[in-house]
Amino acid sequence: MKKYTYTESKDTRSGFGAGLLEAGKQNENVVALCADLIGSLKMNDFIKAYPERFFQIGIAEANMMGIAAGLTIGGKIPFTGTFANFSTGRVYDQIRQSIAYSGKNVKICASHAGLTLGEDGATHQILEDIGLMKMLPGMTVINPCDFNQTKAATLALVNHEGPAYLRFGRPVVPNFTPADQTFEIGKAVMLNEGTDVTIIATGHLVWEAIQAGEELEKLGISAEIINIHTIKPLDDDAILKSVTKTGCVVTAEEHNRLGGLGDSVAQLLAQRLPTPQEYVAVNDSFGESGTPAQLMEKYGLDAAHIVNAVRKVISRK
Amino acid sequence: MSADINKLEQVASQVRRDIVRMVHACQSGHPGGSLGCTDYFVALYFHAMKHDPSFNMDGVGEDLFFLSNGHISPVFYSTLARAGYFPISELATFRKINSRLQGHPTTHEHLPGIRVASGSLGQGLSVAIGAAQAKKLNKDNSLVYVLMGDGELQEGQVWEAAMYAPHNKMDNIIAAVDYNNAQIDGSTEDVLSLGNLRAKWEAFGWDVLEVAQGNDMAQVIAGLDEAKSRTGKGKPVIILLHTEMGKGVDFMMGSHKWHGVAPNDEQLETALNQIPRTIGDY
Repeated sequence: MKKYTYTESKDTRSGFGAGLLEAGKQNENVVALCADLIGSLKMNDFIKAYPERFFQIGIAEANMMGIAAGLTIGGKIPFTGTFANFSTGRVYDQIRQSIAYSGKNVKICASHAGLTLGEDGATHQILEDIGLMKMLPGMTVINPCDFNQTKAATLALVNHEGPAYLRFGRPVVPNFTPADQTFEIGKAVMLNEGTDVTIIATGHLVWEAIQAGEELEKLGISAEIINIHTIKPLDDDAILKSVTKTGCVVTAEEHNRLGGLGDSVAQLLAQRLPTPQEYVAVNDSFGESGTPAQLMEKYGLDAAHIVNAVRKVISRK
Repeated sequence: MSADINKLEQVASQVRRDIVRMVHACQSGHPGGSLGCTDYFVALYFHAMKHDPSFNMDGVGEDLFFLSNGHISPVFYSTLARAGYFPISELATFRKINSRLQGHPTTHEHLPGIRVASGSLGQGLSVAIGAAQAKKLNKDNSLVYVLMGDGELQEGQVWEAAMYAPHNKMDNIIAAVDYNNAQIDGSTEDVLSLGNLRAKWEAFGWDVLEVAQGNDMAQVIAGLDEAKSRTGKGKPVIILLHTEMGKGVDFMMGSHKWHGVAPNDEQLETALNQIPRTIGDY
């Protein structure tokens, strides 16, 4: 098992903030919008550097999506910022009509996704957003795993033409991917080569998958671990290649088991390479208040649950 | 700019013929609001707006128009075709399979003149504000126009946008409300009354003007000219355009019933007999 180390833990939303500032430096058409959550989205540095290119919308997310769509007419590259819940479900029709169907180059940047939002509870812990967004034709869906990768993903979106959903979170998590990484949209990242099982993880679950891999090694199980930061378009080739070798797969995500990464992988495998699969995901329920660690444990999203899912799926081979 | 009212009225008459024929040909669509807004559309595209029918999406240096109440697509399509955006023969494809003239306007089929999809109501003012913000960033002094239905004002998003524009001094926007007091289920008064619209928009910080006869070309022209003169003064401008649904076809007027109904063959003939052919049918 390849060793992954980190010197600091940081929140992925700060990776977005750092990426946005850099994006603003690189391209003067980059503009940012926020619906009264500047601090939470870590947009302060961009606003300080480029005040004329920032739009405070107020608590009016529907209006924000429409304004973002309009800003593209005239060549701007808008990045909207609010919580994942208010970035998707609350404004689904605005995104659908004014952005996706209209083919507008809007980057919908969504923080506080999933259970790890923590104490605010289920009203804010959206677990359906990946599914909502991946169903929109033409929408790119990205869920990076740590600070460095979120920063790199933000920058990659500047040169990507078309609507995109960038999902990240609130808690500090190990920052283990390289600071100088090139982020290739739609390209899976191989974290560890193995032979017994393929673990396909996205977002915060990637670090849990690495920890699970270390535990599995002690049990004599060789896990191949793939970081799928882009859920749509999915890197079919990387998944098929790995699963051809290992013969079983566990998917891991901080999302409802319905409609997320697991379903995308299952659809691919059902058509091309039917394979035993286990899901590490929320089992069709809402979340609740608690610390991120408590919630990840209670809802079955930590390394221990990945280990259990691996043992189960191997027994089904 | 001095307007040749007679010439504009002739274009409007032809657009009205187009609308009725298009809706008849596919036996679906929304003739009522289209006929009511015909004079406004013709005044916009043949008098008020600085625009280029060769069309590019960004429209830098041009005035832009957004139709928020997308269901009145027949008047939009006819006006665009008559203004040279695409061949008038294409009007015959309205709402038919493989057409660029979808039931509601869309960019998806790349029809020149359309800059955003609309149809799901309440979204156009926000999009127009975004385009107007882009113009300010680009130091582009041209204007952004947007039309909404009066029933559409029941959508909450409109009032989010209504609050935003004055706060941000979006004085390069001329919005308009098709104030015909009718929506699909009945009169706006019966369905969900709009109250004092002028007072509402003024309270939100808009510069409001009214065109009492939105189907009188001279008044529409005067209203648009007045609205343009009020731009650049720190406030967004809105025109309350009093129109009559179904204007030009007697049996379609005075009721909400022709909001979204197509005429049959006999009704088409009756309607066309009331609308002079001027610059030629498609």
